[in-house]
Amino acid sequence: MAQIQPRKTRSKAVRYGVPAAVAGVAALTVGLVPALASTGNPDLPKISAEKLVAKMAASDVQHMSGTVKINTDLGLPSIPGSGSGGGGFGGGPGAGSGAEDGSGGKKDSGSAASPDSKLMELASGEHTLRFAADGPDKQRLSVMEDAAEYSLIHNDRDVWGFDSGTNSAWHAKAPRDAKGKAPGTDHEKMPDSVTPQKAAEQALKAVGKSTSVSVEGTAKIAGRDAYQLVIKPKGAPDTTVESIRIAVDADNGVPLKFTLTPKEGDKPAIDIAYAKVDFGKPSAGTFDFKPPKGTKVTEAKPHAKPGGKAFDGKKHDGKKFDGEKPGLSGLAGLDIVNKGASDWNKVASFDTGMPGGIGGKNGPAGKEGEAGKGGDRAEKLLDGLTDEVKGDFGTGRVVSTRLVNALMTDDGKVYVGAVTKDGLVKAANADSK
Amino acid sequence: MSRAELTEERASGRPGAERPDGAAAAGAPARSRAVWSLGLFRSELTITFRRWRTLALLAVLAAVPILVGVAVRIETSDGGSIGSGGGEGPAFISQITNNGLFLVFTSLAATLPFFLPMSIGVIAGDSVAGEASAGTLRYLLVAPSGRTRLLLAKFTTVLVFCLAATLTVAVSALITGALLFPTGEVTLLSGTAIPFSEGLLRCLAVAVLVAVSLLGLAALGLFISTLTNSGIAAMAATVGLLITVQIVNTIPQLHAVHPFLFPHYWLSFADVLRDPVYWDDILKNLGVQALYTAVFGSAAWARFTGRDITA
Repeated sequence: MAQIQPRKTRSKAVRYGVPAAVAGVAALTVGLVPALASTGNPDLPKISAEKLVAKMAASDVQHMSGTVKINTDLGLPSIPGSGSGGGGFGGGPGAGSGAEDGSGGKKDSGSAASPDSKLMELASGEHTLRFAADGPDKQRLSVMEDAAEYSLIHNDRDVWGFDSGTNSAWHAKAPRDAKGKAPGTDHEKMPDSVTPQKAAEQALKAVGKSTSVSVEGTAKIAGRDAYQLVIKPKGAPDTTVESIRIAVDADNGVPLKFTLTPKEGDKPAIDIAYAKVDFGKPSAGTFDFKPPKGTKVTEAKPHAKPGGKAFDGKKHDGKKFDGEKPGLSGLAGLDIVNKGASDWNKVASFDTGMPGGIGGKNGPAGKEGEAGKGGDRAEKLLDGLTDEVKGDFGTGRVVSTRLVNALMTDDGKVYVGAVTKDGLVKAANADSK
Repeated sequence: MSRAELTEERASGRPGAERPDGAAAAGAPARSRAVWSLGLFRSELTITFRRWRTLALLAVLAAVPILVGVAVRIETSDGGSIGSGGGEGPAFISQITNNGLFLVFTSLAATLPFFLPMSIGVIAGDSVAGEASAGTLRYLLVAPSGRTRLLLAKFTTVLVFCLAATLTVAVSALITGALLFPTGEVTLLSGTAIPFSEGLLRCLAVAVLVAVSLLGLAALGLFISTLTNSGIAAMAATVGLLITVQIVNTIPQLHAVHPFLFPHYWLSFADVLRDPVYWDDILKNLGVQALYTAVFGSAAWARFTGRDITA
């Protein structure tokens, strides 16, 4: 059987059918499997919103571990030319450029492994985290990065942060009498601060007269049956929040998914969900950590406040994981301006003590480059990022995102809130009277 | 390599030509087929690994870890930390000074985007087209081994080269790392410490994963190799395709197709170093490689078995 000539020429077409069939089957599988998996919401007995909220509050799950996917699209203004190498591929407000901005910021701050700077990176783009908990004293959160990982480990009195990318660690320790909570570790520095549970807890704090809560159908999250709890602001015309959706495990009341949709656009601004969850006890070694040799360890100063840093435009995205307004009062020097307003309409303010604001010629923007030309460029940059507004308070500039807006007046006051631009101006007007 | 030299090499490399042992083949027909396949595979393997080209590729791959190791050693010899000069190096580079084992991961991460796949592209692209351009393909087909089996022997040889190339980088990095830097307990990305022996095991797992990551490209190269009679054209096309796909993989606007590109999950081998191991992306990588191997392997088979061999 000499093989110089092929055996049968007419079987050629049949042969080419093989790779085509393989590719076709693969394409079908890729297209159909997710579609099939997502259909069929579970059939669960009806439950009232009150009962579901109570179930959530009463949930007493001590052990769990899982993978969390966080997707945030706050629509932060992108600064032209700030992207590093990736600038050539378009610096849209997508996941890529957001991550770059975040890592840039990481290097500027003192310790790369401090939770402040790391959790700030979660404020934009898509992230995968792993979370494990064993009671209130042992938690671990790992932020997965490309070929690196940031771990925040809470074990009894110690809170450790370890960044494998820069090989540096951060440590905070509680005094002997205070069990559980370490000093200077406010609740946003604890490993569970970015789980759906914590987000749901914060959202429920806002539940009151000004909020409508309802149960809307069911869903399957991470292979578990869940009820969908929908929270909507009521009587707050200026808020930017359209709705908050929480998927609650039908079995044990653990929130499995948290979605916050702003009024502007359909895409959720914050989406935190378990991709995988397991309610078994994690192995004890999960919560052990000792800094490896050669690691630079930064000790946290007791009672060091994360808010002590300069108030820059990025500040407001850090507080977003505290839910909406409740977190604001935690920052030093913040006042709620319109205390009488509905929870969703509240606006906070603080004084930068920097007359001239960011619009002034001696503002920080003016310092870049030499006088004249550099100033013009800064002015142009400022116009691209902010809108000028006028009101009874004078003039100011508004930095807008999809969720949180900030108004900086020319006399150095800053108003921040999850309200529209008009709402901010209204609050500022009322404040200046 | 001249055509005459190659033909001579080919002739001496074939077991049939070297030792006309009809004794083995005269037994049961089934057994003779098995012996033929094995002999074919063995001769392919010796021919591939005896070539200067292959040895040069492996030498370049072995030099990369030495280069990285020495550079890191010099930079940190004054007690400074790596990366203080600014800029970002390949993954894991900051951990090398604490544990030499990390040189293995750094070297694999540094060679995986281009060096390793390029050498695979050269070997796979040349596998069939090289024979055709040297005029030896028809002699190979005269032997009663069948086209399918010849193709299988070729593909297996490329796979062995994938593994050999990866292990060359890993072993060279391991030796360099052990000589220049301290070893001992390995700290995983999650901050957990594991004993050195387990670290070595993870090292091996990473090397095998990297080798398997190259399967898709190997099958693609083999398919391209069956399309043309010019070895150079097949190599250039394979490597060119690799570069194109790598570029597409970096364009954020095309993120919808990224999960289906063969290099997209290549760096997922780093997930082996997490505690516990994060399997999601590793499994996706294996799936993509299996898909590419199935599609382009069968396409190569369809093309090669139905083609007129004129050279």
